[in-house]
Amino acid sequence: MAKTTADPKPAPPLTGDRRRTWKDVKDPSESPRPGVPEGLWQKCPTCEATTYRKQVEDNLSVCTECDHHYRVGADTRVSQLVDPGSFEPLWDNLSPMDPLKFVDRITYKERYEKAQKQTGHNDALLAGKAFIKGRGVVIAIMNTDFMMASMGSVVGEKITRAIELATDLDRPMIILCAGGGARMQEATLAVSQMIKTSAALARHGDAGGLYISVLTDPTTGGTAASFAMLGDVILAEHKAMIGFTGARVIANTVRQELPEGFQTAEFLLEKGFVDRVVHRKDLRSEIAIIIDYAGK
Amino acid sequence: MPQASDAYTGTFELEFERPLLALERQISELEAQADPNQSAVGLDPKLDFTADLKKLRQSHTAMLKKIYKGLGAWNTVQVSRHPNRPQTVDYINAFVKNFTELHGDRFYGDDPAIIAGFGRIGPHKCCIIGHHKGKNVKEKIACHFGCAHPEGYRKALRVMKLAEKFGLPVVTLVDTPGAYPGIGSEERGQAEAIAVNLREMSRLKVPIVSVVIGEGGSGGAIGIGVADRLAMLQYSWYSVISPEGCAAILWKIANPENNAKAADAMKVRAQDNLKLGTIDDVIPEPMGSAYRYRQQMYDTLEKYIIERLRELKRFKKPENLVAKRYQRLRKLGQISG
Repeated sequence: MAKTTADPKPAPPLTGDRRRTWKDVKDPSESPRPGVPEGLWQKCPTCEATTYRKQVEDNLSVCTECDHHYRVGADTRVSQLVDPGSFEPLWDNLSPMDPLKFVDRITYKERYEKAQKQTGHNDALLAGKAFIKGRGVVIAIMNTDFMMASMGSVVGEKITRAIELATDLDRPMIILCAGGGARMQEATLAVSQMIKTSAALARHGDAGGLYISVLTDPTTGGTAASFAMLGDVILAEHKAMIGFTGARVIANTVRQELPEGFQTAEFLLEKGFVDRVVHRKDLRSEIAIIIDYAGK
Repeated sequence: MPQASDAYTGTFELEFERPLLALERQISELEAQADPNQSAVGLDPKLDFTADLKKLRQSHTAMLKKIYKGLGAWNTVQVSRHPNRPQTVDYINAFVKNFTELHGDRFYGDDPAIIAGFGRIGPHKCCIIGHHKGKNVKEKIACHFGCAHPEGYRKALRVMKLAEKFGLPVVTLVDTPGAYPGIGSEERGQAEAIAVNLREMSRLKVPIVSVVIGEGGSGGAIGIGVADRLAMLQYSWYSVISPEGCAAILWKIANPENNAKAADAMKVRAQDNLKLGTIDDVIPEPMGSAYRYRQQMYDTLEKYIIERLRELKRFKKPENLVAKRYQRLRKLGQISG
C-alpha cells in the first residue's frame, strides 16, 4: 500500500449537521508535511508549489499548478461527480461485524469505530442511485478516508447489492475503485468478497449491463484483482497508483530497481490494462459519453 | 509434468515436533538392534526388545495425538509448508489416471507454477488444475515456490473453458503462498488475470470442486478457487495474506512471535474457516498430518473428490448449477444491520 505522505487531510464529510473544526483538518499523529502550516495553504507533493487550499478544492482537488490529483473522500466524490442532489444513498445502515475478534495492536472494533466517528459513515463505501449528466446510473464509491477503503464484508455486500440493483433496473453500473485491497481484519471473509463481487458482475454482464470502472489513487490488492479490473470500460485518473502487489513488496522480492512510473495509470495504459486515462474534470463527460454508446 | 520424487529425505524438522522425532529415532535404532540382519554387534538371543519397542511406540502415538490435537494456527501454517507434504503432482500421480498435461496460455507463455490437464479420477473424466510448488531446488525456483504469474492463471482459465466446452467437471488443488509479486507479473496484468478467473469461474457451466491442500494465500489461491464445493485439508491454511505479510503490516515487523499472533488473529485454520462459512468442508488428515501417512491422505482425498463430483453431476441443467453456485457465493461475508 502506498504511503499517505502527500495527502493533506481531506475535507470532512459534508453531512451538514456539524461545522468544520480544527480537529477535522489536523491529525496530530500524522504530520505529512513538516514545516508547512496546516489549513489554509498546502504544498503539492508533485510540484511542491504552495497553493491556497480553497482554490485547490474548488478545482476538484487537483493542483492548480501541475494537475496533481489529490485523494478525495467519498462525500466529496459524490459532490464532484453526480448531478447535484441526485444521489440517493442505499444500505447505509450496514455496519461491520467482528466475527474474528481481531486484535493487533488495537482491536478491529476500535479501529472501525474510530473511522466511523471520523467519517460519519458505517463503512468504506457509499452506494446508491444517481444521475450523471442526466443519465441514470447505480454508483458505488469507495471511501479512502475510512480505513484506506479496505474491502471487508460490508463493502463487498454493498457493491454486490448495487450491481444486482443495476442489473434489475437495467442501468449502467459505475464503481469508483480505490483502496489497499481486502481488509486484513476480516481475513478470509474479505477475500471472499472478491469472489462475490466478481460473480455479481458476471451476471450483470450476462444480462447485457454496462459496467464502467474508474480507478483512482490507489487501487491495489484485492480491489484491483476483482471488480476494478473487470470494467467493460476502465477509466483511470491521471497518475493514480494501480497494481496488485505494493511496490515495496515487489522491490523487496525482485531486488532490483522498479521502472520509472511503475504501476501508475499511464503505465497501465501503456501495458493495455486501462482504456483511458482521464483528468478529474473530464470524468463526468467521459462517463456520459460511454453510457450514450454502450448503455441502455 | 515433473515427476513426483520419492519421499523427502532431508533433515527438515518442525520445531514443535522435535521431541517426537527424537522418539522416532530411538524407535528406529531399537528396531535396527532387534533385527539380526541390521544389528552391528550381532543379535543376542537373550535380549528381547519387544516390550520396550511396544512401550516406545505407545508413547510415540500418545505424543503425536497430543501435539496434533491442539495444533495452533502458526504450527498449522508450518505443517502446511513441510517439505514432505504431498503436493499437486503427488496427488495426480497417486489417483489421477491417464493424466494428460496441457501447457501454455496462448498469449505469453507457460507458467510451471500451475499444472493443468485432462485426467480421470475414479469414474469421472475431468480437468485437473493445481499449483505446483516444486520438489527440488531447481523446480522450486522455476515455479517461484508455487507463486503463479498471470500466464498461469490464464492457462488455468483456458483449460477450464475446454472443460466447459466438453462437459468435463473441474477439480482444482490450491497450494500457493500468493500470486507472484514481480515486475513482469504486474506488467502482464496479475490483477486482471485473477479478476477474470473469478468472474469466469463463477459462471462456468460445469461443476467445480476445489481443495486447499497446503497454503491458500489470498488472491493467488482464489484465482483457481471459485467452486461449487470448496474444502480444506485439516492442516492447511487459507487467508487474506500470509501470516508474515500480516505481521509486517500490522505489527510492523515479521518475526516468529508476531507471525504466530497474526496467524491466530486471522483464523487461518480449516476449522476456523468452516465456522466463518468461507469453506464447505474440512477433510481430515491422518494422525500427524499428511506427510506422515501419504497413502492414507491420497485415499481420503480421492474419495472426497469422487463423492463430490458424483453429487454435482446430479445437476442436469447447467443453468441450475450456476444459479446454485451463485447462491453459495452470495452468502459469503458477515455484516450487521
